[in-house]
Amino acid sequence: MARVPIAEGLFTWPSQAPQLIGARCSACGIVTFPSQGSCPRCASTKMGEQLLSRRGRLWAWTTQDFPPPSPPYTGPGGDAFVPFGVGYIEIPGEVKVEARITETDPERLREGMEMELVVVPFRTDDAGNEVVTFAFRPVA
Amino acid sequence: MDVAIVGVGLHPFGRFPGVSAIEMGAVAIRRALADASVEWRDIQFAFGGSYEVDNPDAVVALMGLTGIPFTDVYNGCATAASALTLAANTIRLGDYELGIAVGMDKHVPGAFKGDPRDYACPSWYGEIGHFITTKFFGMKINKYMHDHGISHATLAKVAAKAYRNGARNPNAFRRKPLAEKEILASKMLNYPLTQYMFCAPDEGAAAVVVCKAEHARRYSDHPIYLRASTVRTRRLGAFEVHSPWLPVEDTPGATVDASRAAYERAGIGPEDVDVVQLQDTDAGAEIIHLAENGFCADGEQEKLVAEGAFEIGGRLPVNTDGGLLANGEPIGASGLRQIHEVVLQLRGRAGDRQVPGNPKVGYTQLYGAPGTAGVSILSV
Repeated sequence: MARVPIAEGLFTWPSQAPQLIGARCSACGIVTFPSQGSCPRCASTKMGEQLLSRRGRLWAWTTQDFPPPSPPYTGPGGDAFVPFGVGYIEIPGEVKVEARITETDPERLREGMEMELVVVPFRTDDAGNEVVTFAFRPVA
Repeated sequence: MDVAIVGVGLHPFGRFPGVSAIEMGAVAIRRALADASVEWRDIQFAFGGSYEVDNPDAVVALMGLTGIPFTDVYNGCATAASALTLAANTIRLGDYELGIAVGMDKHVPGAFKGDPRDYACPSWYGEIGHFITTKFFGMKINKYMHDHGISHATLAKVAAKAYRNGARNPNAFRRKPLAEKEILASKMLNYPLTQYMFCAPDEGAAAVVVCKAEHARRYSDHPIYLRASTVRTRRLGAFEVHSPWLPVEDTPGATVDASRAAYERAGIGPEDVDVVQLQDTDAGAEIIHLAENGFCADGEQEKLVAEGAFEIGGRLPVNTDGGLLANGEPIGASGLRQIHEVVLQLRGRAGDRQVPGNPKVGYTQLYGAPGTAGVSILSV
């Protein structure tokens, strides 16, 4: 069974230390995630690849306690649904990334805590592959 | 040129099996026309807002095929504010004397669905479950509570106020008061927001007749003047719905920009406002929007809510008709429902939920995906 990413060009894979793939504007320097072909600040179309740092701090968070509407959601629904955390992780000097969080207990999440990028199982596709996505976990 | 509101009409909000959105729109229009003592044939132009109905202008089949310019508008949760702003601006251009803005919708129950690509978001963003508005509201209020010392009890108090006010409003969807304990104990949807802290998409329609201010007395003994009506979209760095990423530097959101522009245009400040309708998609949104629209400083809500400042008899009544929490959100109509309520309040004709002390200035605010806000300021 292969482990395939939810989308190409989203994070370096396969990798022991995966990184998110963003873009940096050659004109004004702003970093975006995911990568995009034009700059949302200065409208330049000169965007270069930027691999994001793997660690950041939790800037905002909540929990997703019910299955999101499907489509577009393709993960386990109904009784198979498992609540997950969601938040923005501020990667210093780069960007705030919205991501799944591995922790769902509100008592164990707090703004400002250090977080690290991980790649986690998301669902199994029709061919039997394990589809994986990016997430952040608290650094113990 | 100044613009007056001389008629308002509403089809109740809720669930109406077998009644189409267009039919509800026609009911709202007829009520607004009757309120202004005019006939459909007197209306010279129209703007129609809806999410579910492709062509709200089809309502002419039920009203009369008079050949008027009728432009359809969709602008997310700010749809109704956009329809009203465009109607007011059409009066200001000078070619027309009397027009109408109408909004109508009929949503199926449950959170809104959509294709993330239509919001300039990648497909994977929806596949992994991020393309949902409710978790944005959970994150925004959770951060706000942490940063500004707002308690869970305050969230429950805001929701309880909405249902209490809704119980006094014969047009509301939810008319049963709910105890704070019950609200806190309902199912957690997106921490810290529980089921009864969220509004629901539903059905309804509302309409507003506008005219040149100098002619307002021809139509109404109680004209209400539209002092400002503004729409703004988010700037880079604002924390908004459906954002896969944000830059490191923060920027105030679309509501703050729309609010400041409206105050400047009206020459009116938050201290002059007597009655307020805010976008309470959830109880937390009302708390945040109080500060974003200049009605208190960040964090003051904790004390002010406890004191009852935003109750109908309080210092600054907010969401007197029950807001979105008690009325639900038919997107195209929601903002015109706010205008309807403020007009009734400023006329002194809001019945059981009338704000005491002859309110003279009213304020409405809408906010929604993907970061669009609308603000209107009205006065006697």
